[in-house]
Amino acid sequence: MTRILNSTLGKHLQTAIGPILLIGIWEALCRLFNVPVWLLPPPSKIFIEGYEILPILPAHLLATLYAVLGGFALSIAVGIPLAVMITYSPVLRRLIYPLILMLQSVPKVAIAPILLLWVGYGLKSGIVIAATVAFFPIVISTAAGLDSIDRELLELTRSLDASSLKVFLKVRMPWAMPHIFSGLKVAITLAVIGAIVAEFIGADTGLGYLILTNSGALKTSVVFFVLLILSLLGIALFYAVEAIERAVCPWYTSDATRAENL
Amino acid sequence: MPNDSIMSLEGVTKRFSTQANDSVLALDKVSLNIERNQFVTLVGPSGCGKSTLLKIIGGILSPTDGAIQFGGSPLLKPSRQIGMVFQRPVLLPWRSAIDNILFPIDMLGWNVGEYREEAMRLIQLVGLGGFEKALPNELSGGMQQRVSICRALIYDPQMLMMDEPFGALDAMTREDLSIELLRIWTERKKTVIFVTHSIPEAVLLADRVVIMAARPGRVLMDLPVDLPRPRSLETERLPEFQDLVHTIREAIYGERKVIQ
Repeated sequence: MTRILNSTLGKHLQTAIGPILLIGIWEALCRLFNVPVWLLPPPSKIFIEGYEILPILPAHLLATLYAVLGGFALSIAVGIPLAVMITYSPVLRRLIYPLILMLQSVPKVAIAPILLLWVGYGLKSGIVIAATVAFFPIVISTAAGLDSIDRELLELTRSLDASSLKVFLKVRMPWAMPHIFSGLKVAITLAVIGAIVAEFIGADTGLGYLILTNSGALKTSVVFFVLLILSLLGIALFYAVEAIERAVCPWYTSDATRAENL
Repeated sequence: MPNDSIMSLEGVTKRFSTQANDSVLALDKVSLNIERNQFVTLVGPSGCGKSTLLKIIGGILSPTDGAIQFGGSPLLKPSRQIGMVFQRPVLLPWRSAIDNILFPIDMLGWNVGEYREEAMRLIQLVGLGGFEKALPNELSGGMQQRVSICRALIYDPQMLMMDEPFGALDAMTREDLSIELLRIWTERKKTVIFVTHSIPEAVLLADRVVIMAARPGRVLMDLPVDLPRPRSLETERLPEFQDLVHTIREAIYGERKVIQ
């Protein structure tokens, strides 16, 4: 029995059992208690109505995807240089750090309307709002990664008279990579949230827009279907970042997999 | 100063400031003269300033007072003529064994390709043949430390500073590596400063054992070791070896009793 449980197929089955069970119970309860469809549709109804909006789905999915990826890219482009500045200059650390913390402590949903006002309606505000939500963990994890460098290794590079640029590119940056990726994995899921918030307040495409309009029309099944697509998008993006991590720092991920297989 | 001196320390004092305007005297007027190609071991109890002294010798820390001459000129910053081996291997986890060995060449901006053969020779020398492509996490602690010794040898510094390099290894690997280090040292003559907690290890390796005392850190005794070379674990059975170990223990523990 334990052999079956520990086999690869067995492990996949164990992960699948949860969702399958949830869907089964959900369907049964909806039918049993005659729950109104606008309140909580049964899974079967969600899939049927979801199938009907399939033709218009790709355009909305792509709009959200662009905002997420654009915001993610922007947050990396801003976050990593900021983290480098914070790590290398104590003056800049004292100067920038409180500002970053201040920005982080303001609820993003609250400043989204202002950002919308500044950058305009549609994809642009989607990208900017996604980036403001996602950039904090990137700054923090990159700064922590650059700080985690072994002091003795730095002493070694000093005795070899290596330029700081070379030490940065060939020692500190690769050393920080696993940290940076743990920040990126949080950031990508936050970027999805940011993009949806932006679509709620100012867009005419995107999955967030679909949710908003359909819930207004009490098409709850469609809302649930879009939520499903949205969570699948989030999962796919998360695993994409993880796959890039495996390619960029194989020495680190091989460690993690080994620990998992013990 | 004798002609073959490579490094001399004159009244080196190091004071660390602590909180509340207090300060700790880590080293008190240490004077040492180190001859070229000599194997010097530093022993002493914890807190005797061994590591501080090593950092000063390596140019990583500057002394509060006193002067250090290296190769005839004052030592003010880390020098590429002083190679370092630490207690932990501190390898780059993404680089293979051979690329870790070549790391200093890369940092110095030299042609890495030209040193590949030398790196392979070093890998053979420390008995890691066949593991050149392995990543650090695929090597045991002892093997990683061998890689870090090769890394210190590849750019051929005149002096090698080893800060308890075998301290984190198990006893058997430790003995193995001590003997191996002696063999490497015979093949590639270098001045070695080796810090250790182990008195037998200090005697087995050294031409000269410098015994330090704590609070304040200072040189207690400077003991020449005239045991025949090449040495092996058999050397430890010689009565002269036992006498030296005994003398050092007396010096360290005797000192401690006086303090108490």
